[in-house]
Amino acid sequence: MGKKQAGTGPLSRRPDNSAFKQQRLPAWSPSLTANTVLPTFYILSLVCLLLGIWLLITVENTHELKVDYTKAETCEECFSLRKSAIDSTTACTCTVSFHVPKTFPGDVFFYYGLRNFHQNLRRYMDSRDDAQMVGRKNNLKTPSSYCAPFDYDADRNPIAPCGAVANSMFNDSLTVMYNPMDGSKIQVPLYRKGIAWYTDKNVKFRNPPTNNTFPLQQAFERTTRPLYWQRPVYELDDTDSNNNGFINDDLIVWMREAAFPNFKKLYGVLNRAQGPFTEGLPAGNYTLSINYNFPVEPFRGRKELVISTVTWFGGQNYFLPIAYLVTSGLILVTAVVLTMVYVKVGKKGKNMEE
Amino acid sequence: MDFSSLRSLITRYCTGEESWVDSRTVYIGNKVPPPGTEAYILQRFPDNRIVSSKYTFWNFIPKNLFEQFRRIANFYFLIIFLVQLIIDTPTSPMTSGLPLFFVITVTAIKQGYEDWIRHKADNAVNQCPVHVIQRGKVERKQSQKLQVGDIVQVKENETFPCDLILLSTSREDGTCFVTTASLDGESSHKTYYAVQDTKAFNTAEEVETLHATIECEQPQPDLYKFVGRINIYLDRNEPIARPLGSENLLLRGATLKNTEYIHAVAIYTGMETKMALNYQSKSQKRSAVEKSMNAYLIVYLCILISKALINTVLKYVWQANPNRDEPWYNQKTETERQRHVLIRAFTDFLAFMVLFNYIIPVSMYVTVEMQKFLGSYFILWDDDMFDEELGERPLVNTSDLNEELGQVEYVFTDKTGTLTENNMELRECCVDGHVYVPHAICNGQILPGAAEMDMIDSSPGIDGKEREELFFRALCLCHTVQVKEEETVDGIKRGIHQGKSTSFYISSSPDEVALVEGMKRLGFTYLRLKDSHMEILNREEEMERFELLEVLNFDSVRRRMSVIVRSSSGEYYLFCKGADSSIFPRVVSGKVEQVRARVEHNAVEGLRTLCVAYKKLTHEEYEQTCHLLSSAKLCLHECDKKLAEAYDVIEKDFILLGATAVEDRLQDKAADTIESLHKAGMKVWVLTGDKMETAAATCYASRLFHRNTQILELTTKRTEEQSLHDVLFDLSRTVLRQHGSMTRDIFSGLSGDYQDYGLIIDGATLSAVLKPTRDVTSNGGNYKEIFLEICRNCSAVLCCRMAPLQKAQIVKLIKASKEHPITLAIGDGANDVSMILEAHVGIGIMGKEGRQAARNSDYAITKFKHLKKMLLVHGHYYYIRIAELVQYFFYKNVCFIFPQFLYQFFCGFSQQPLYDTAYLTLYNISFTSLPILLYSLMEQHINMDILKRDPSLYRDIAKNSLLRWPTFIYWTLLGVFNAVVFFFGAVFLFDNTTFTSNGQMFGNWTFGTLVFTVLVFTVTLKLALDTHYWTWINHFVIWGSLLFYVIFSLLWGGIIWPFLNYQRMYYVFMQMLSSGPAWLSIILLIIVCLLPDVVKKVLCRALWPTTTERIQTKRQCLTAEQSTIFMLSQTSSSVSF
Repeated sequence: MGKKQAGTGPLSRRPDNSAFKQQRLPAWSPSLTANTVLPTFYILSLVCLLLGIWLLITVENTHELKVDYTKAETCEECFSLRKSAIDSTTACTCTVSFHVPKTFPGDVFFYYGLRNFHQNLRRYMDSRDDAQMVGRKNNLKTPSSYCAPFDYDADRNPIAPCGAVANSMFNDSLTVMYNPMDGSKIQVPLYRKGIAWYTDKNVKFRNPPTNNTFPLQQAFERTTRPLYWQRPVYELDDTDSNNNGFINDDLIVWMREAAFPNFKKLYGVLNRAQGPFTEGLPAGNYTLSINYNFPVEPFRGRKELVISTVTWFGGQNYFLPIAYLVTSGLILVTAVVLTMVYVKVGKKGKNMEE
Repeated sequence: MDFSSLRSLITRYCTGEESWVDSRTVYIGNKVPPPGTEAYILQRFPDNRIVSSKYTFWNFIPKNLFEQFRRIANFYFLIIFLVQLIIDTPTSPMTSGLPLFFVITVTAIKQGYEDWIRHKADNAVNQCPVHVIQRGKVERKQSQKLQVGDIVQVKENETFPCDLILLSTSREDGTCFVTTASLDGESSHKTYYAVQDTKAFNTAEEVETLHATIECEQPQPDLYKFVGRINIYLDRNEPIARPLGSENLLLRGATLKNTEYIHAVAIYTGMETKMALNYQSKSQKRSAVEKSMNAYLIVYLCILISKALINTVLKYVWQANPNRDEPWYNQKTETERQRHVLIRAFTDFLAFMVLFNYIIPVSMYVTVEMQKFLGSYFILWDDDMFDEELGERPLVNTSDLNEELGQVEYVFTDKTGTLTENNMELRECCVDGHVYVPHAICNGQILPGAAEMDMIDSSPGIDGKEREELFFRALCLCHTVQVKEEETVDGIKRGIHQGKSTSFYISSSPDEVALVEGMKRLGFTYLRLKDSHMEILNREEEMERFELLEVLNFDSVRRRMSVIVRSSSGEYYLFCKGADSSIFPRVVSGKVEQVRARVEHNAVEGLRTLCVAYKKLTHEEYEQTCHLLSSAKLCLHECDKKLAEAYDVIEKDFILLGATAVEDRLQDKAADTIESLHKAGMKVWVLTGDKMETAAATCYASRLFHRNTQILELTTKRTEEQSLHDVLFDLSRTVLRQHGSMTRDIFSGLSGDYQDYGLIIDGATLSAVLKPTRDVTSNGGNYKEIFLEICRNCSAVLCCRMAPLQKAQIVKLIKASKEHPITLAIGDGANDVSMILEAHVGIGIMGKEGRQAARNSDYAITKFKHLKKMLLVHGHYYYIRIAELVQYFFYKNVCFIFPQFLYQFFCGFSQQPLYDTAYLTLYNISFTSLPILLYSLMEQHINMDILKRDPSLYRDIAKNSLLRWPTFIYWTLLGVFNAVVFFFGAVFLFDNTTFTSNGQMFGNWTFGTLVFTVLVFTVTLKLALDTHYWTWINHFVIWGSLLFYVIFSLLWGGIIWPFLNYQRMYYVFMQMLSSGPAWLSIILLIIVCLLPDVVKKVLCRALWPTTTERIQTKRQCLTAEQSTIFMLSQTSSSVSF
């Protein structure tokens, strides 16, 4: 329609004749009939079955070992000593021995596990200051109000890192000793770094700027350590000064709150550089010695050491392969039922159509 | 005189109604009348400022906010937002504040913009100059400063600034022409008259000398009603009182035409003008879908509250152990400890409410409204509903009722102008039994109705000849037709008289035009009304002049009109024409029997018949008549009643002249449309003011009644023979017997041809049926029930002889019956307005009888046949679209919120949200909103041609079938099932194991993101499964919004956001995607979620297919077999359309 005509004549208000306006756009109209659905179901069932079997084999090849040391052996004493959370002045060490029945091949991961510890309580989760942890100077001195009551100490000194999460950081130190048949004791060497997400370690957590001119301690001047900590944040790791402050790996791992009350967190990775550990963790007897600090008695929790190997698929998790196999079965059953229905009713259905 | 006015004053004040004065006195020129004549009561009137805007600059924000928060949904979200602000809640106030703010702002901007436009328009109107006569001079004034009583001069083509009483015009005869196109859409010129005694005051100076007051009623919105009185003080004598009627009242908004200038006095100004009073908005109609939606909302609100309650209670049960309430690692602040336990419990309850509040999303309201608003454009755009003749397309006055078009069970239609063309043509006239057929080709030739007429006794004699001419003259004189000159309509000139100036007839009633035009063909041409003289050109081309003395206007109660004229020879005649029923009882002589027989014969043929009668008046009788009329017109109270009484006295003792028959052709495809509506399960009722025989004939012609339809009559004729009680019981027995056998037929599977019933009822009987009987002993109160029972079993009902209000009554009756069916009323005239307003859906036809029906309707179309597409295609589509929209919205929010609820069991009921704030906010706004919106605009489960071809598909969605409780429960359960699958699937996956290849662990935000990802994909794919009509837009939107989710998540987690004090989502999404098991579980969970719905669909389709599904399947086969042919036809159709 020309523009001249617009506005005059009875046809000027005629609507556009486009396919969209007339609701006649070309379209694909699929519908879920037995013809289209049944083949899909059979194929899907087969795919799920194959995937399930493959996953099952993969999971079968992972190893996992859990050592609960809450009250085991000599730790009983420490357990009762740590009934009160605040009393952390006296040190307590204990040992637990365990046996590895089969060699754990390849990379072996050491986790500490906690049970019944609710890292997912709302107040607890919010009680942290990411802005402080990313190294913003202002937030270091004035922590977020979410951190209360772990924002300032009794003398109104800001706490760094503030909040309940940092305050309750897991502070047992674990040492695993390998006891080969010959009676010697070899400490199992662990990488204690590289256990946090790369992005957390390098971007999300930063120390307050020091400009490389003054020590880290000075950056944390006029802040105080969290109430339950034995050491200030800039002295967390006495072996590696670059692992201190907010970028301490253990701190970062702890700060990633777990979704459920039973969880485990990475403690270290087996260093396979030397000794009997080049092929992995050999079978045999081991002793776990613990610097027992973390109180779990008040919330009836448990603590454990978890040793696990990992494939591309992760740790030992039977859920996914089983779920795939079950789904495959279900789809197969429904497909068979549908086929029967279709064969029986299909003819009748056609009669109904007439 | 003094006394009575004083008394009336006293009574006015005593009744305590100082403010309410039922009449007003206007002093023309604002001059105090001569003293002593009447108490000078100063009345205050508003100025002439028109305010159509709702807001001012100052009150916009508070008033607009108030208006917006009056809506229950907005209020709910405001409360949630305030709760979030006040107490420490799990989610930031942003999550509900932002969407609410967005919705409120957008609405406010839209309303503000609309109001700004109204302000501009108001200002333009208010400041436009008007000419006011002051101190004998013409002065310019702003329109808004006009006062009641000011004398205004209006020039040609100007619009009237307020409601005016015409005093004088530039024409000698004191008439002016006005078009009211902007008021009621009637473009014809209407003649208005100046009061005879003032028409001489022609110039500004003369008008200034006029002393007069006007008494009139207080303003009321009826455009066509006005009563008043003007008192003119000449030479300090007693004032001369003259009646004022609507023919003296010039309405604001109308335009002066063909008249140089007029002088008039302002009586209603500003917001009191009739136009402004008509602005008042109509009552809101709500659709059935909206009602179900509200019911669902209440259910969800209950679910929400009970969820919050359960969690609060469980929280305190769980926290009974102090080490759980306050473990050492999560100490409370001192203030928190001191808070009273009840306050804590209440805040916890509120916090849970806030956490779960997303189950009722703001966006649902926005989406529903957008869907309705945008969806209504498809009606506007529909090329099939465009009328080429008028150049009009359908009007959508409200988009709230789109889906109601798919739910109609009863259709009430007007006959004239709706079923029929309202294009009248005189078919024949019958004078004393002689039939004349004006033939279009042989102009003016009389063809006596030949052999078929057995009642012709002899050829017309001398006497007959006289009677015949009198009959023709009567028809030429007894009308209100105007002659419009030299005007072109649609480029076609329609002339009365060849060679002379072209002109044509206009009237508000097409019957009259048909009669006058028919007379012209029979040799008598009405020329014009000039100086109160009607001029007729008779067969001998001689001019005859009759002085028009009185016009007794037509009204629908009397159903007749009369004129009193004086012939040039000085004889007084009263001519009357009207419906047979209103004429025959008033006839004293004439060949009544023959005429009656002919009238009935014509009525059966479906012609509109009118009878013509006359009487001669002596001079004394005329004087008496005049007196009667003027006294009736002068009164102010119950004027109508007194006028009607006067008319009743005057219009009697007639001599019957004859009858006319006018044909009104059926509209194009009216029968086809009615048949389709029947097939679609709708009951069609025809409500008409016409007489039974005519209406019944139309019904047969339009196939409302079939040849084998058994007609049940419930008319005055029958109730005269039998009592109403007996007739009703008789009929119900007949019908019920049928009903019983019909159910048996259904059981035996033979519901083929059963007896079809049609009911005919007339207005008088109807009012008897509906009248509540006071008699307690008889079970008369049940008449209504019995009547409804009969109606329910009739496929078609014809109600004739209906008054406009009765039409609305019928609609109301059906609406209120126990099934509460959805009703639709369609009509074209002012008499249909009440029924259009009453019905669930009111449809106006933009016809010849003005635009009143169209203005008051919800939708307006140009032809009755368009109703078919409107209901069967558009209504059907709108309904299935919105039904899916509503169900889907609730479903997706169950899926969304239920995992949060489940998570509370794992996090110690601490109100920890599962999803990040951004996800909570954007889920309904951007991740899942567009696919459903576009689905609800585009979906076509069946091709529209099939819908049109097979009306029975409409039954599939009848009775709100897609929004019944079982369907709703199915969707809700599906939502719960999906939620359980995502949540526990993710729980087991996370169960204390690593699922990365570098041994690192994931936290709770990864868990939430995993659930959320499965959620977004499942919910979107579920919609994809339901989509039957995949245009490129659907593809774009569905895949696009999934892609958007992924891109957004990458971005949201990819940056340390400087303005946020938490960075919990940093790299969470990427880390999740880098893990193999996460991918595998996402895929698996989506499959498991969708599986049951697919199985249900396939099973239902195979075992219990609905008609719709059967047709879909059939089409599928067709496409499979003849894909090439189909594609070819597709392409060809897409080319042609």
